[in-house]
Amino acid sequence: MKKVFERPKSMYPVSTHYCPGCGHGIVHRLIAETIDELGILERTVGVAPVGCSVLLYNYLNCDMYEAAHGRAPAIATGCKRVHPELVVFTYQGDGDLASIGTAEIIHAAARGEKITTIFINNAIYGMTGGQMAPTTLIGQKTTTSPFGRTSKDTGYPLRVSEILATIDGAAYVERVAVNDPKNVMRAKKAIKKAFKTQMKDLGFSLVEVLSQCPTPWRMSPRDAIKWVEEKMMPYYPLGEFKSPKREG
Amino acid sequence: MGKKTLMTGNEAIAEAAVQAGCRHFFGYPITPQSEIPEYLSKRFPEVGGCFLQAESEIASIYMVFGAAGAGARVMTSSSSPGISLMQEGISYISAAELPCVIVNVMRGGPGLGGIQPSQSDYFQATKGGGHGDYHVLVLAPSTVQEAADLMMEAFDLADKYRNPVMILGDGFLGQMIEPVEFKHMSSTDRPARDWTITGAKGRAQNVVKSLYLKPDVLEQHNLGLHRKYQKMIKNERRVEAYLTEDAQIIIVAFGMAARIAKTAIKILREKDIKAGLVRPITLFPFPYQTLERVAEKVDNLLVVEMNLGQMIEDVKLGVCGKAEVHFYGRVGGMVPNYDEIVADVEKIVKESR
Repeated sequence: MKKVFERPKSMYPVSTHYCPGCGHGIVHRLIAETIDELGILERTVGVAPVGCSVLLYNYLNCDMYEAAHGRAPAIATGCKRVHPELVVFTYQGDGDLASIGTAEIIHAAARGEKITTIFINNAIYGMTGGQMAPTTLIGQKTTTSPFGRTSKDTGYPLRVSEILATIDGAAYVERVAVNDPKNVMRAKKAIKKAFKTQMKDLGFSLVEVLSQCPTPWRMSPRDAIKWVEEKMMPYYPLGEFKSPKREG
Repeated sequence: MGKKTLMTGNEAIAEAAVQAGCRHFFGYPITPQSEIPEYLSKRFPEVGGCFLQAESEIASIYMVFGAAGAGARVMTSSSSPGISLMQEGISYISAAELPCVIVNVMRGGPGLGGIQPSQSDYFQATKGGGHGDYHVLVLAPSTVQEAADLMMEAFDLADKYRNPVMILGDGFLGQMIEPVEFKHMSSTDRPARDWTITGAKGRAQNVVKSLYLKPDVLEQHNLGLHRKYQKMIKNERRVEAYLTEDAQIIIVAFGMAARIAKTAIKILREKDIKAGLVRPITLFPFPYQTLERVAEKVDNLLVVEMNLGQMIEDVKLGVCGKAEVHFYGRVGGMVPNYDEIVADVEKIVKESR
């Protein structure tokens, strides 16, 4: 019988600790498939900072760093400058990348650091129990914005991809989602393109993934998907914000 | 090199790093140490090194984390406020057991403080500095030559213990020009580093980490680090004893303060006061035993620091009540004059008669 689906070689045969309906597992798998398809397992290095995905090294079997909150791009920079031949990626959440780690991500992009960032935007701090994130939408209720986020007190959610696309050193920036199979396929394509951008030495690459976080959102997995489509996508439009100049 | 050159302390530290085989530097400008990154930004291209000016001290120390984890001989340098910013990363590097060298050319604090020399980061350097139970190995040079020598050795010590090593100098040492000769390194061979991040080729995955969610596992990790610090305490204590044999009073000082104290001691001896000096070279591990020994032979010790009394706490632990421990300090970038030390010693000697 023909095998039509199997576990990527780059993944350990274990189940994840993520909540039902969480997007992390999907994105992990897309990265693993990318590593397998590009044949780069032996030269890929991941950096996973504080957040639900800090245990990424339990699921991907490439070499990995565990990073402090927000600092993954700096660690990835240190590694890449020592081993330019390696393919180095960071896997960061929104609190990590868009709040505590804004300086590190902006300057990694500004330097045109030849690393790839997979940025999971789920509009909330998941691991610490659902506090307001820099990407939390106006009106969204969290444990630290119990009456809904107001712009009067806490300003506006950051559109990271749009910001980074203005930076010359950023070669490729795209926002995708993992709400349905079609978008999952697109996300896979974007992740692969980001890795290839790095491998061609074109500069910094980032894929922002709108992701479901049902438990802290206090929603069923099905409602969470609907919320991504109805609330997140209008504020965070999908699409390519920066295309690599040379493509092979 | 093998011949004497005139250099500032900062330049000598930077050249010593090159001589020791360091090829990666990540840092952020701050007075009074900016000559270190400036020197390396010119020098590294000649030897195929990587110099990178980071966006902050926080990013610098994590670039060091990344490079050390990747197996490189790597360093950063900064001054007091910048070193404060690095403390989170130093805690992570210590926890992940990564070798690196951190230079602190101290200036006056707290806060923005000033840009003149100080020794007010003693507590921060020797007692951990960041969160958690950890230590960095701290070396305190008092001449430009010693700064170069200790800098070269610091990389080997970092490798030996898989631990950060801090060179604790001050703005005085960093800016002062003296002749320096770079010792020939017989070998830059480094211990096997099979734990490094190089890509999982032909082996299982390597992970550089510090998270241990199970308390019993984290306890074992902490105990492992503790055993390592005990080894440093056993093997690496260093101290200079100067004219201590016949001394009636002992001055205890490190770094530049010790150098000034030596001048004071010469003057005191001309005045028939037999003063001697104990100069800790390693501040962690601290040479408690030396102080215990000298305390048995004298009634008084004078601790001289460019702070308001930090190392004195360790001196008192060593002396353990066997002698009186006095203190003289200047702060804020003010450097103690040898006259002031002479006067203080004379007063102590007079009062104890």
